[in-house]
Amino acid sequence: MKLVTAIIQPHRVDEVRAALEATGVKGVTVSEAAGYGRQKGHTEVYRGAEYTVDLVPKTRLEVLVDDADATAVTEAIVSAAQTGKIGDGKVWVVPVDDVARVRTGEHGADAL
Amino acid sequence: MEFTLDSGNTAWMIVATALVLLMTPALAFFYGGMVRAKSVLNMMMMSFISIATIAVVWVIYGYGLAFGPDVAGGLFGNPSDFVGMNSIPETSSLAASVGVPFYVMAAFQATFAIITVALISGSVADRMKFGTWTLFTVLWVSLVYTPIAHGVWGGGLLGSFSPTMVIDFAGGTVVHINAGAAGLALAILLGLRKGFGKEPFKPHNLPFVMLGAALLWFGWFGFNAGSEFAADATAGRAFLNTLVAPAIAILGWLLVEKIRDGKPTSLGAASGIVAGLVAITPAAASVDTWGALSIGFIAGVVCSLAVALKYKFGYDDSLDVVGVHLVGGVIGTVLIGFFANLDEGTTWAFGVGEEGGPVNGLFYGGGAEQLISQTIGAVVAIAYSLIVTLIIGLVLKVTIGLRVSEDTEVSGIDLASHGETAYEEAK
Repeated sequence: MKLVTAIIQPHRVDEVRAALEATGVKGVTVSEAAGYGRQKGHTEVYRGAEYTVDLVPKTRLEVLVDDADATAVTEAIVSAAQTGKIGDGKVWVVPVDDVARVRTGEHGADAL
Repeated sequence: MEFTLDSGNTAWMIVATALVLLMTPALAFFYGGMVRAKSVLNMMMMSFISIATIAVVWVIYGYGLAFGPDVAGGLFGNPSDFVGMNSIPETSSLAASVGVPFYVMAAFQATFAIITVALISGSVADRMKFGTWTLFTVLWVSLVYTPIAHGVWGGGLLGSFSPTMVIDFAGGTVVHINAGAAGLALAILLGLRKGFGKEPFKPHNLPFVMLGAALLWFGWFGFNAGSEFAADATAGRAFLNTLVAPAIAILGWLLVEKIRDGKPTSLGAASGIVAGLVAITPAAASVDTWGALSIGFIAGVVCSLAVALKYKFGYDDSLDVVGVHLVGGVIGTVLIGFFANLDEGTTWAFGVGEEGGPVNGLFYGGGAEQLISQTIGAVVAIAYSLIVTLIIGLVLKVTIGLRVSEDTEVSGIDLASHGETAYEEAK
């Protein structure tokens, strides 16, 4: 099994969710995140005082998938989240030793 | 004077009083939105506690201090005159001539004292001990607010230095210059917040700020039009001026932002409203619509530039009480010397035509006399408020202390002072 983690632009979440459903993914965890990459931060001005905001708001998606689905899911996220501008985010895949479904106690692929 | 109740005037003054009281919770939202999430409750509580303390002080001795007969050479009114507000004949009301009962007048004036004290809290954000603030509200209204109100509105000493009567219809000197100068004094005594000028002190909730500005504007119609103490044409003039001056002040403030920073901001619009309201306050009944438009626009432009003074001079007037209220109050008070038009569009006759009464401004054929009077009025208010507030602040500083510990400031004054946080993850 693999864990696919994606950091994307918050305004692309709906498109990515739709793309994930189209690939047959059963569930996803979404959380708010903040950070910076090549995009760096931006400046905001309050009553004439300029502040640099270093950390840009992003959305983090986490999806647990079968080994065989990992590439397709990654590609689905990338194509749905892409705007072509700096700050679109990153997607990475890591191996997962085990998964347990809390309700039933199932383990491994059955718990996905 | 024979007292004849005027039900129309009385009804309007009761409504106006409720409108002005709303301004203090409105200010709590205006200020509360501008601080960081970790100190919003303390910021709002400083306004709410002002209602609590000043309303009580007012009915016990505050109204007497401000509007009683002269004592101490006319610096104060007699505090023992209206103690507890009992056994007061209606004819002793300052507004007996307009048929408004004493109780209504005392309540109306109380709401002015309350908002004036609350305004000061903007300069002490994030770092003042709550107990010290609470005590300060009582000391300040007793020793600073009432003498200035007595001087400007009660015929006392501090209003007597000008050749003609200072025109301060609704509180440019008594409320805004006064609160602004006091805010400067406390900001100097408290010192800079940790990280001032280095870390971003971003407003945590701009919709709160805009909500507060909107409610302030609403309440301000009672503040300005109510200061006529009657439902008449002059109240109407003040009402219309209270609409147009803030409106054009928004445009002035945003114009500066657009040129200087590239974008018009919501904080700028909200601040423009307040700057325009502050500046038109002393002038509401004495200027015509052109005067109101001029004063509002100048206030919007100048105040938007003045809020940067704190970085230049290095005082942490956190929410710009100086830049908006002191500067805006001076603009309105002094510009009356140019724009006062007492000949048309107003039935306002408070001392007009009498020996030592107010005269038209420079642009309306009155010469420079009123301009000199207005300038002296502004200077006296700044000097008295700054000096006496510094003394009160110094005494509090060496006795019970002004400022919370550095740990408290960093972790957030809400939790340390009130045992609460506004939001689940306040930072």
